[in-house]
Amino acid sequence: MTLAWNLEAVVARQGHKTVLNAVSLSVRPGEVVGVVGPNGAGKTSLLRAGLGLLPLQAGSVRLSGRDLSGLGAVERAGLVGYLPQDRRLAWNLPAEEVAALGAVDLPETRALDLARDRLARVGAGDLTRRGVLDMSGGERARVLLARLLATRAPLLVADEPVAGLDPDAQFLTLDLLRAEAAGGAAVVVTLHDLSLAARSCDRLVVIAAGRIVVDAPPAVALSPQVLAEVFNLNGRLIETEAGPVVAGTRL
Amino acid sequence: MSLLRLCLIMLGLLALAAILAVGLGEIPLATDQYVQAFAHPASGPGEVLWTIRAPRVVMAALVGGALGLAGAAMQGLLRNPLADPGVLGVSAASGLGAALCIAAGLAVVPGAIELGALVGALAAGIGVVAISLRLREPEALILFGVALSAFCGALTALVFNLASSPVAIAEILAWLMGSVENRDWTDGLRAVLPMAVGAWLCLKSGQGLRMLTLGEEAAQLSGLNMTRLRVFAVAGAALLTGAAVAGAGVIGFVGLAAPHLVRALVRDDPRRILWPSALAGALLLVLADLAARIVPTEQELKLGVVTALFGAPAFALLAWRAARSWRT
Repeated sequence: MTLAWNLEAVVARQGHKTVLNAVSLSVRPGEVVGVVGPNGAGKTSLLRAGLGLLPLQAGSVRLSGRDLSGLGAVERAGLVGYLPQDRRLAWNLPAEEVAALGAVDLPETRALDLARDRLARVGAGDLTRRGVLDMSGGERARVLLARLLATRAPLLVADEPVAGLDPDAQFLTLDLLRAEAAGGAAVVVTLHDLSLAARSCDRLVVIAAGRIVVDAPPAVALSPQVLAEVFNLNGRLIETEAGPVVAGTRL
Repeated sequence: MSLLRLCLIMLGLLALAAILAVGLGEIPLATDQYVQAFAHPASGPGEVLWTIRAPRVVMAALVGGALGLAGAAMQGLLRNPLADPGVLGVSAASGLGAALCIAAGLAVVPGAIELGALVGALAAGIGVVAISLRLREPEALILFGVALSAFCGALTALVFNLASSPVAIAEILAWLMGSVENRDWTDGLRAVLPMAVGAWLCLKSGQGLRMLTLGEEAAQLSGLNMTRLRVFAVAGAALLTGAAVAGAGVIGFVGLAAPHLVRALVRDDPRRILWPSALAGALLLVLADLAARIVPTEQELKLGVVTALFGAPAFALLAWRAARSWRT
């Protein structure tokens, strides 16, 4: 099976600082991969380098088997959808038009139909004509998630998609992304909430100081040793009836 | 309201304003004189209407339209509702180009000042494009534009400082104040080509400006070629602004205000706002020029003075409202 995303020995710099050091990662269609790590570990840099937004000093990136450096902007847009951490929007467009920006490859009326469908799916079906700047942060996050889903890309990359959302919206967001994966898409999310990451991801990539420390299923990736060394936590992953929970205290 | 309907309504208003502007003026005409003007275009009243007023009104409409469109394109590109064609230093560079031509004694060569203004605008446009390919944040581009604007302003002041003849100084000053006085049909024709190219570039940028609503990175990942968009929008705005300055001197605030007049009607859409902004700019300037002509003053008011007098308080109001509604 062709990998949806394949980073090989990627090195990237931001200014003079090396933010990614020989990072390799492969993501298959149908899986949800969580990228976790402390602030400044390189989570966002990993996504940006893998999407062509941060130039590579070394290494290579493939999207659905095609070398990223040889892809035009439109071709790339067909292979990956990206939800940045920054949820600022410049203009007060109606929600459906913002969501329709995920489908600029379609004729306008079809893009709007698709946008309304995706808005309904994220629970924002009643907001279609509302201006996105007149919304609460949570509502806007839903609209932007709908835009991501409207891309219909084989790889969906979301940077901190649940930051600042209430618990219900957090679960909804990750459940929707899981549904996309069940439909055959590859999904990569960065998360800070380790319990949520353990609950929602098939695999976790733990990153620290620009290097991948471990790449494994949550139960393995969030071992007491990793929690201590990477997250400075004296804790462990506990399976409960309501799902896994990471409990611990600062070391 | 559909975009087409909005544009048709604005076109209707513009036509009304143009008829009013051709009909009214310093010299009041009687009914039979109007009849005569239509029946015999070569007669005295015909002369007033068709060779003095009409080209002037057309020029005001062209310049206003160009500034309105350039303003809308800049606001879209910089994602900033307070941007205008002047913000990138293009207007100031264009004014400097014209001032240099006048100081060099080229005012007698037909079209030389216009060419100087256009060259100045294009030079600034190329500089801004080059910088914008390196500085990615719109804020950085705005700061660079402010610096360029101030520098061109300083150079223009230097031209004043070193100019030997008071005639040249008066002429430069007249340029910097902006006016469509004494324009003939050839002036209008000269402005049309660069304006058409500039308008085409800006209108081509529409979809990109819309995608830019999401922010630069999300827009790029949606298939937007950011480099192409920057080149198109800045080059388009520079051509429009340069041609506007070439046609009428430096006229402020129209490029800023025009998009805001129609913003709510297109629901803030940076693509759909382009045509209505051009029409609103044309309407504003035709009316401002009419006011400049019919307000009884000893010296005819300069168009740039009228727009600044109305525009500056409008800008303050805008800034006030924007600051109060700033949302995270």
